[in-house]
Amino acid sequence: MTSGRDSPARNEREPSAHFDDLPAHFGEPALRAHEVVKRYGATIALDRVSLDVAQGSCVALVGESGSGKTTLLRCFNAMVRPDAGSVDVGGRPVASFDPVALRRGIGYVQQEGGLLPHWPVLRNVALVPWLRGEEDAEEPARAALDRVGLPPARFGDRWPRDLSGGQRQRVAIARALAGTPEIILLDEPFGALDAITRSELRRSFHNLRAGMGVTSLLVTHDLHEAVELADEIAVMKGGALMQVGRPEELLSAPAHGYVEELLKRAGIG
Amino acid sequence: MGRVMLLLAAVGLLGGATAARPSPASHTRQPAPHTGATQSSQDEGTPVIIASKPFAESYVLAEIFAQLLEARGIAVDRRFGLGATEIAFGALREGAIDIYPEYTGTALAAILGEEMQANAEAVYRHVAGSFRERWDARWLAPLGFENTYAIAVRRETAEELGLATLSDLAREAGGLRAGFTPDFIGRSDGLPGLRAAYGFEAAEVMPLLQAVKYEALVESGVDVIDGYSTDGLIARYDLVVLEDDRGFFPPYEAAGLVNGDFWRRRPDAIAALSELSGLLDEERVREWNRRAESDGDPVAEIARDALAELGLVVSDAEEAVESDLPESAAARESERESATAAESARSPVVGFASYMWQNRADILGHARRHIVLVIVSLAAAALLAVPAGLMLVRVAGGAEGVIRAIGLVQTVPSLALLAFMIPALGIGVVPAVVALFLYSLFPILRNTYTGVRDANPAAVDAARALGMTPAQLLRHVRLPLAAPVIMAGLRTAAVINVGTATIAAFIGAGGLGDPIVAGLALSDTRMILSGAIPAAALALLVDGALGLAEKRVAPGGVAVE
Repeated sequence: MTSGRDSPARNEREPSAHFDDLPAHFGEPALRAHEVVKRYGATIALDRVSLDVAQGSCVALVGESGSGKTTLLRCFNAMVRPDAGSVDVGGRPVASFDPVALRRGIGYVQQEGGLLPHWPVLRNVALVPWLRGEEDAEEPARAALDRVGLPPARFGDRWPRDLSGGQRQRVAIARALAGTPEIILLDEPFGALDAITRSELRRSFHNLRAGMGVTSLLVTHDLHEAVELADEIAVMKGGALMQVGRPEELLSAPAHGYVEELLKRAGIG
Repeated sequence: MGRVMLLLAAVGLLGGATAARPSPASHTRQPAPHTGATQSSQDEGTPVIIASKPFAESYVLAEIFAQLLEARGIAVDRRFGLGATEIAFGALREGAIDIYPEYTGTALAAILGEEMQANAEAVYRHVAGSFRERWDARWLAPLGFENTYAIAVRRETAEELGLATLSDLAREAGGLRAGFTPDFIGRSDGLPGLRAAYGFEAAEVMPLLQAVKYEALVESGVDVIDGYSTDGLIARYDLVVLEDDRGFFPPYEAAGLVNGDFWRRRPDAIAALSELSGLLDEERVREWNRRAESDGDPVAEIARDALAELGLVVSDAEEAVESDLPESAAARESERESATAAESARSPVVGFASYMWQNRADILGHARRHIVLVIVSLAAAALLAVPAGLMLVRVAGGAEGVIRAIGLVQTVPSLALLAFMIPALGIGVVPAVVALFLYSLFPILRNTYTGVRDANPAAVDAARALGMTPAQLLRHVRLPLAAPVIMAGLRTAAVINVGTATIAAFIGAGGLGDPIVAGLALSDTRMILSGAIPAAALALLVDGALGLAEKRVAPGGVAVE
């Protein structure tokens, strides 16, 4: 059951370039999207979107469902390929990376957690180190579990289905952090949880991030969450970016009627 | 109860679906008295392959052929109960069998597709000439009797409505329910011809198997049936056979039909079989059929008595053989007789149980063959369909279309599928395995494809987003998560296969269908059940075992209900 056993075989098309080897020039923005367009048939999911995420900061993408938040997020780990525009990670075009190597270097958490149901918790968390062929993949996994408040001795051998929703999301966050990425992408990571669990988890994530200095891009439809966690908030609507700014900037000077309305609806400002 | 079982078995056969189908022949396959004689050498080494169609008279005639050849020192291989005219003649044409008993009228109407108003001799000459020319198949000299269709009604129906001829019947048909064999309903010398010749339009026409139609008539389930003039049951049930006053039915002279190559290769066998020419008559044949259908006498015994009665096999030869083979026919015969006597005093259940016990060696043999058919076909299907299902997930595009196309195979009736394959594969185990293989593909392919495609999408997405390669995703995520679904497909295929494998008997591949087919032909309920019950038990067993396997392959952490 350990992540260390049977490491991925060579013949499984081991990506040649390791992400960790590449992004030396994490100079300015860790993530940059420039005039990105993405269409699905007749629908425009991203309409010339440009966004910078500074190294070590947290940006929240907010907006209703279908506003393009998730599509934009997934451009950064090559899960979505834009039709036009450029997407850079660490100053290098995403298209120039081996997508598999890139993904192993970027943390990812989704709303449903996406834990592998047939792997025990520890093996799930050790996924990325194991994929990279690290010798003791369980060690960083244990450390990551500790960091999210789930002692590996108690939780490591459990099946995901035996955990509560909140615990599962913690495991998913631990899994995203176990590879010690410089960047982490979170897609509604707390969206499926009850209010109490949610605020608890938010707090621990906030502390974690502060401690690790990892660059984060967070998709959420909850403005409160965005205000609490993010350095900057990017408001999206219908595939377009309405405004980007620090929470207080948004509150004091909404650049768009929609932003104002959104704030009002959320009871903020 | 016997009747219910017969009906059930008949329904199963018609449905072509799962249930029980064929099987035969513990009786017919019994060691024929003989064997002892000197084996003449030459190219006579290979056994003569003798087939029959699935009704009592055909079994009896084929067994007479077989025992006669054996008595002349010629080895034989019995492939009795072949599905129907198309399968039996198809097999003969392709050389998969050497000989089977056929009727000139059937050959004329069902095989040549012609009509002819002529006397028996003229029809024989025409048919023999056409067969020789078109398929190089030869008709041996007629055996001496005709077996024509006998449209029969209950005596009280005949008296009440004043029916004596088919013209009378046509007049009253609007108020009558007809029960005809599927064969008769379809062939031009059957119902369609009857309609054309007499304007016969019954209120209702039900397809009934040979094995159940007499019972259906006697029990007033139907009012008119298609019998055979040599059926033993017409006299037994005091039925009235209506006269063919317009001479619609052609003559149906019985004779051996042989493959042309065999004809040239085996003059010894042809000479031996020709000894039967003209020796049989309707009265004799009717008596043999009655013994087979009403008394439940073993076909081997009837044939032995027939050959003795005809003076073709001397009876002291029989004795010699019996003493040669103390374990076999003779011994079993006496065992069977004493059992039968004792049985009447016992309950039917005990009687059936002892029947099963006496025939355990045969039944086990059938079961073993059945299991081999199922396992080989299933393994081959899994080896092809699982990788194909995985490939379809990758190509995504036309997958649904491909799977639907494979699904079409499922809609081909099994007997039709077997008939289609005769030209390429002949008869026997190979085409049976191929047919079962084809039927197994769809459930396995479908489940593999959907199982892998739909495997926990969130988990698959996350694993991909964290850097699994497609191959790793397949091996470590999709396949383990899909394993129970794939296993469920195998399980479905296996259970279908166990049921469908009973039709293998129709093409001489054996299995538990053997006693079912023979039992249906001979109206022998116990024989039917001796195949149907083990087949059902086997299906349950396979279902249970693969259900367990399904749970087994479910990876830890994933529950299977």
